[in-house]
Amino acid sequence: MAEMNFYGTPLPYIDHKPYPGKLIVIEGTDGVGRSTHIAELRAWLEAQGHAVSDTGMARSDLAGKGLKEAKLGHTLGRLTMQLFYATDFADRLENEILPALRAGFIVLTDRYIYSAIARAVVRDIDPDWARALYDFAIVPDAIFYLKIKSVNELVMRLISSGRGFDYWESGMDLSLGEDFYESFVLYQSRLLEEFNRMSLEYGFHTINASRSVARVSADLRRAVTAIIEPMAPALEPADSPEVIARLRQDLTVKPKKRKKPAL
Amino acid sequence: MVYGEHEFAGKLFVVEGTDGSGKSTQLGLLYQWLKAEGYPVFFSEWNSSPLVREITKRAKKRTLFTPTTFSLLHATDFADRTERDIIPPLKAGAIVLADRYIYTAFARDVVRGCDPEWVRKIYRFAVKPTVRFFFRAPLEVAIERILIGRPELKYYEAGMDMGLSDDPEESFKLFQGRILDEYDKMVPEFGLTVIDASRSIIQQQHQMRRIILPHLKDMK
Repeated sequence: MAEMNFYGTPLPYIDHKPYPGKLIVIEGTDGVGRSTHIAELRAWLEAQGHAVSDTGMARSDLAGKGLKEAKLGHTLGRLTMQLFYATDFADRLENEILPALRAGFIVLTDRYIYSAIARAVVRDIDPDWARALYDFAIVPDAIFYLKIKSVNELVMRLISSGRGFDYWESGMDLSLGEDFYESFVLYQSRLLEEFNRMSLEYGFHTINASRSVARVSADLRRAVTAIIEPMAPALEPADSPEVIARLRQDLTVKPKKRKKPAL
Repeated sequence: MVYGEHEFAGKLFVVEGTDGSGKSTQLGLLYQWLKAEGYPVFFSEWNSSPLVREITKRAKKRTLFTPTTFSLLHATDFADRTERDIIPPLKAGAIVLADRYIYTAFARDVVRGCDPEWVRKIYRFAVKPTVRFFFRAPLEVAIERILIGRPELKYYEAGMDMGLSDDPEESFKLFQGRILDEYDKMVPEFGLTVIDASRSIIQQQHQMRRIILPHLKDMK
């Protein structure tokens, strides 16, 4: 059972009893592979018989749809946007995360309050206010920060994934650079700085995400195991050749088709 | 970005009070008068942004709210109102009239169970109004005014989500009583100007105009 701890003022009207579940946060800037790793962790945990639930920003019943519409139209001001995200978060915390934790689920969340705070702070919003919005957030059981070495690496990933530059991921609302590329580099560099600053403040467990998916995955699995089974026997080293080979197999979705040689 | 620290050329006058206190009537009269006198004046109402209005409507139907989501959604709407309707005209040097302001949230959200300090922190970005009118009507008067001509009270309006009573009318009375208590506490805290809402409409309007006139020099 984990004690329910809050970052600031606890929600006054809810049950604060310790809960049997685990709240695990995967944080990181855009494009570091958070959703890939969450999907992988989920499948792996479920295969071991754990009840898993996952959630992420802008997915609430209450505000999710409105947030997506607002982002498409670029119609909301800076403060309004932060409050809207906080509404979305509160809805998910109270209606999804807490009930799942009380029922003994492992809750994997794609981002938590830290992304929201970082985005607010790089938009020149008062850092104390941005934190106060999330005073009612519970302290997770673990925060894994997928850290990328440089913004350049992020750019290369973005390009090779074929996704291209997104308006918000490039921070275009801030008018930092001449074009999407320049703006992306400046905006993401600021976010990285902010994440590094928060790393100590909130006790992030940093994972080097500038490595192969299999290696990052191995680290995550090992760290998650330590949280969910503190009494577990010592595991084989997570980066041993055998483990990596097995992970590669787990992670391979489809073997690439070979082109027929032209006649 | 901190309450009390904004400095604008314009003036902001807000009215507060329980439902049925007559504050909207008074603000409407003030608006007509200022316009007729040739002042640049802009009117802003609570719950006005289309986006939030739609969500509120949808969520209220399904009783999806918790005290915190209810509070934050209204804060979102208020921020939109501040960024769109309040700050630009104030910067331009106009008079802005607001029907309900942050004190409504402080009263309502605290009665619903939110932490008073947290709610105050959330609204730190609000512009401090030039004058903050509180139309104080005795509870019985306000309740009577609202219940006349209204066969059914709405779920949230009656505070039914708080489980005070299964009877909507009884629940409404208890809920409004608690709101009034919160307003009374805010009079010294925020320097609210109390208007006795049991006086005649004309007397109240006269008093309001007398109070704001000194703030209107060089506004035309």
